[in-house]
Amino acid sequence: MNPFNYHKPSSLAAAVALHRDAEDPAYLSGGHTLLPTMTQRLAAPSDLIDLEGLTELTGIAAQGSVLSIGAFTRHAEVAASSEVRGALPALADLAEGVGDAQVRNRGTMGGSLANSDPAADYPAAALALNAVIRTDRREIAADDYFRGLFETALAEDEVITRIDFAVPSRAAYEKFPNPASRYATVGVMVADFRGAVRVGITGAGPCACRAPAFEAALSARLAPASLDDAELPAIDFNSDLHASAEYRAHLVRVMAQRATARIAAGTD
Amino acid sequence: MSAETGIGAAVKRREDLRFITGQGNYTDDLNVPGQAYGVFLRSPYARARINAVDAADALQVEGALAVFTGQDTAADGLGDLPCGWLVKSRDGSDMVSAPHPPLAVSQVNYVGEPYGLVVAESLAAARQAAERVDADFEELTPVVATARAAQASPIHQGLEDNLAYDWELGDEAATDAALSAAVHVTRLDLTNNRLIPNAIEPRAALATFDPTNGEYQLRTTSQNPHLERLVLSAFVQIAPEHKLRVVAPDVGGGFGSKIFVYAEETVVTWAAAKVGRPIKWTAQRSESFLADAHGRDHVTHAELGLDEAGRFTALKVSTTANLGAYLSTFGSSVPTYLYGTLLAGQYKTPNIHVRTHGVYTNTAPVDAYRGAGRPEATFVVERIIEAAARETGRDPAELRRLNMIAPEDFPYQTPVALVYDTGNYQASLDKALRLADYAGFGQRRAASQAAGKRRGIGFSCYIEACGLAPSQLAIQLGAGVGLYESGEIRVNPTGSVTVFTGSHSHGQGHETTFAQVVSDKLGVPFDDVEVVHGDTGRVEFGLGTYGSRSLAVGGSALICASDKIIAKGTRIAAHMMQAEPDSVAFEAGAFISGNQRLTLQEVAFAAYVPADYPPDLEPGLSEKAFYDPENFTYPAGAHIAEVEVDEATGVVQLANFVAVDDFGHVINPMIVDGQVHGGLAQGAGQALLEHGIYDADGQLTTGSYMDYCMPRADDVPDFTVDTTVTPCTHNPLGVKGCGEAGAIGSPAAIINAVTDALGTEDITMPATPEQVWRKLRGL
Amino acid sequence: MNLSLTVNGVEHSLDVPANTLLADLLRSQLRLTGTHVGCDTSQCGACTVHLDGRSVKACTVLAAQTQGRAVTTIEGIGSPDDLHPMQAAFRDCHALQCGFCTPAMILRAIELVESGSALDNRTVREGLEGNICRCTGYHNIVKAVLTAGEAMQEQAR
Repeated sequence: MNPFNYHKPSSLAAAVALHRDAEDPAYLSGGHTLLPTMTQRLAAPSDLIDLEGLTELTGIAAQGSVLSIGAFTRHAEVAASSEVRGALPALADLAEGVGDAQVRNRGTMGGSLANSDPAADYPAAALALNAVIRTDRREIAADDYFRGLFETALAEDEVITRIDFAVPSRAAYEKFPNPASRYATVGVMVADFRGAVRVGITGAGPCACRAPAFEAALSARLAPASLDDAELPAIDFNSDLHASAEYRAHLVRVMAQRATARIAAGTD
Repeated sequence: MSAETGIGAAVKRREDLRFITGQGNYTDDLNVPGQAYGVFLRSPYARARINAVDAADALQVEGALAVFTGQDTAADGLGDLPCGWLVKSRDGSDMVSAPHPPLAVSQVNYVGEPYGLVVAESLAAARQAAERVDADFEELTPVVATARAAQASPIHQGLEDNLAYDWELGDEAATDAALSAAVHVTRLDLTNNRLIPNAIEPRAALATFDPTNGEYQLRTTSQNPHLERLVLSAFVQIAPEHKLRVVAPDVGGGFGSKIFVYAEETVVTWAAAKVGRPIKWTAQRSESFLADAHGRDHVTHAELGLDEAGRFTALKVSTTANLGAYLSTFGSSVPTYLYGTLLAGQYKTPNIHVRTHGVYTNTAPVDAYRGAGRPEATFVVERIIEAAARETGRDPAELRRLNMIAPEDFPYQTPVALVYDTGNYQASLDKALRLADYAGFGQRRAASQAAGKRRGIGFSCYIEACGLAPSQLAIQLGAGVGLYESGEIRVNPTGSVTVFTGSHSHGQGHETTFAQVVSDKLGVPFDDVEVVHGDTGRVEFGLGTYGSRSLAVGGSALICASDKIIAKGTRIAAHMMQAEPDSVAFEAGAFISGNQRLTLQEVAFAAYVPADYPPDLEPGLSEKAFYDPENFTYPAGAHIAEVEVDEATGVVQLANFVAVDDFGHVINPMIVDGQVHGGLAQGAGQALLEHGIYDADGQLTTGSYMDYCMPRADDVPDFTVDTTVTPCTHNPLGVKGCGEAGAIGSPAAIINAVTDALGTEDITMPATPEQVWRKLRGL
Repeated sequence: MNLSLTVNGVEHSLDVPANTLLADLLRSQLRLTGTHVGCDTSQCGACTVHLDGRSVKACTVLAAQTQGRAVTTIEGIGSPDDLHPMQAAFRDCHALQCGFCTPAMILRAIELVESGSALDNRTVREGLEGNICRCTGYHNIVKAVLTAGEAMQEQAR
């Protein structure tokens, strides 16, 4: 790992100021993507700005139809939170399946969303749950947030502070893990907002996306069979060692059907 | 000896206390004053000419001490890394060995091949300097795929083709004739997937040189430090053996990958003298993926002939084995003598012929990985038998039973050179069928179907040749070293015992089992027996641990040394008791004559303080023995796998696994069960998860745990393991070896279960979800 | 940079470069070599330690991130004369062979039990997802964790 300057700012404003002034800075959150990349010398930022402890980025609050989660909330905290369990059990389930226990003890929701790894879990939830991504300077609708491979609407120095999820009547997340890395080969969240269904998909393409035809079919009838012939999202499906584009596309349908089945069975 | 610690007791391991408290001493845990750090320069290309290596900029990095290239090692006369087993082609010619310099000189031949070493004051500086080395490569077209390598243009300059050898065993004409006459012939094309061993401790080396006496010391992750010393001395010619001490401290798993003499420890040792500083090198995992010797990688066509009754009449096997870019230490022997000789399996197949084309490719060298040749042989035999059973409408268990060598047939001469000494294959099959509830399989299959899943069951009745090996036979077949083992027992003046073995433990628990053996044999309390291994400075000689040989060969050496202790002790005791030696018996740690009794402790004291002592006897009570086995040992067993397949996703779940193995006598059943569990998980990994894949450019696409799928805790079930016992007839312990059985038997059983569930033979390892999904859809 | 942290109950004040990983701090500076490094992609889990009681991979935590916190390594869990129940269970159940992954496996297993979730064969296997063992096939590790789980719960009562 190349040398860098480490900063632990005491306010969000200070963090952003540090970022603006540094040569090639990076924000450090859970570090579970950034640090391995640096260890392998694939990234060499000049300055690391640690976001831990910034009060603007912490806390979980359920307020009516919105569940607001601070960006620095670690996956394990999401999974264990009674607020999340109560308002959005599907999100707690999703968090419980991110990486492994050690990863969940470090990785954060904001870090995951800011990184926008095509195989990360949270992006599927952000889209399915019509999340609003709040930053140090604005609000971004999840639908406008994911732009491409590791590409988001965030400016270089922009920091996610909170994620506000719309609370659906029912939701479920189904993931088909990459057998080696345990990232999502495909992950699908289906959320039912009193008859209006949203479907968020991760792993399938360069970044998370929704599935309009799935949503229409499920909004008409919330049953796995509704997806038998529904059109897949119009994306370039990823293809790698573990899943070709064709197989991934198939898995998207199967995972969506399984999530739907769980909702329909009333278990979620 | 006490039932709690003697032979057959599940004694808790004494080595565990240091490991569970973090007090182990693995190579990278060790540090010596003044040590510098080494980082290897590795080829980014599968095949390229090295035009120039410019280190000027690298040496400007603060803390950089030296950069060595292949030119430097060659100029200094450093020898090539040798292959220790000379295989001859069917026409009698010697195998073609491509020169294997420790650092590539003019051409690199696989991604990750070292072509230089950077030494610096710190690891960070070494890495930084390595990045500043400017190497000018000229890319050449690589040869990657196993099946097509022989026909491709030669990867090595000066060689005519990529064929290292064209080897055969067995009577081809008789086999062909029997196949022609067979009532039914089953034909199968099989691939044995390339595996990457992945001991969790990466390889490491810490080398020192003492200019005052010219002595080198190398601490390294080795399964056989004496062989390492022998090769570094006799072949690479770093230093004569008496000036080179190799220590393998705690070693974090090997599975074969740490048998071999690699470039890294070789060059680090050499460089320690050049730089005048101790040098430490520890592989990063990405280096392990690229540069540890890989395993398997066969492409095979096999044909099995059966008569009307279902008896096997002939087996013909043709295999292309990928040897990688160079012949690794034992790479040549794995797809030949450790493979072809096992193709009789547990069966009375009268005609067998095997032909192996060993080919060079621009991939990492391939060598022994847990099982080494025997899993490949088992996969061929057990897959084709399962297919034959299906084709001819026979029960796969019964077809096997019909053809098995019967207990009264031993010793049994196979058509492929080996003589099996003993066994009872029917007994292990019967037990496995019971434990697997074979009778209830139909019901379980129906239950799975009701849940929308397919269920399959598969068998594998494997045999292995272990206890490597009778030296003369091995040398006759091309081995460059003997394969005996040494053991030394020192009864100290106070009666405690220090045991020195040339075998090496890197997880197998020798410090416990070998102490059990000696304590039992000499009647000395278990806690009074200490086992020393892994240090050429303390142990006279040894050939290390691989091929499930430690107990059968190394343990037997200790029995022989113990016998000498007892013999000498008997003479001392007889003198002390004024009795005839013939009248003295040794029982439970005491010499007894009539009503007189002397403990070993008392006799040992007399041996070192020879006040009342036989005049014609040397003082002291220390004996050594070299045990050379007269035959291989033949562990065998029956493995039954049951899988459930999710039709929607193609995911195969290993639902149940039963292994019944015959290892002969068992010294420590707890350790034996653990060895089997571990082998089974590796076999399950091969069958369902693991695959070392190179792309067409020769880049390793499974070069990290992000893509190379290691079995994790939730990938495997609890295993049902049990044993049957037919003692080995030719070693004093009656033991056969248990280290590899799990990995040998299980892949075939699991794939047989998958193919049973899917109703097609056309599944290659690993049976990944996508592959299975495609087969289910006829894609 | 200056760093103050507690390791195995002992307070340390150290001067470390900012790019020091916790794994390197423990192994190279504090010579606590029971924490091992087995990969470079945060997958194998051999470097698992406790940070304020939670298991983390020390190869993916900067030493700087442990400022003011408490780190527990295998050396702080128990000694040969005074084994933690999880250590004892690993030995009793033969849950280790080469021992390289073992310290990390023990630390993760302790956290798993202490988290209070219901333990059975499946949950233990899933709970150990982040720790790769190449020797044991996990069979006896699962047995050890279930055994120690009972002992630890007994102790807690």
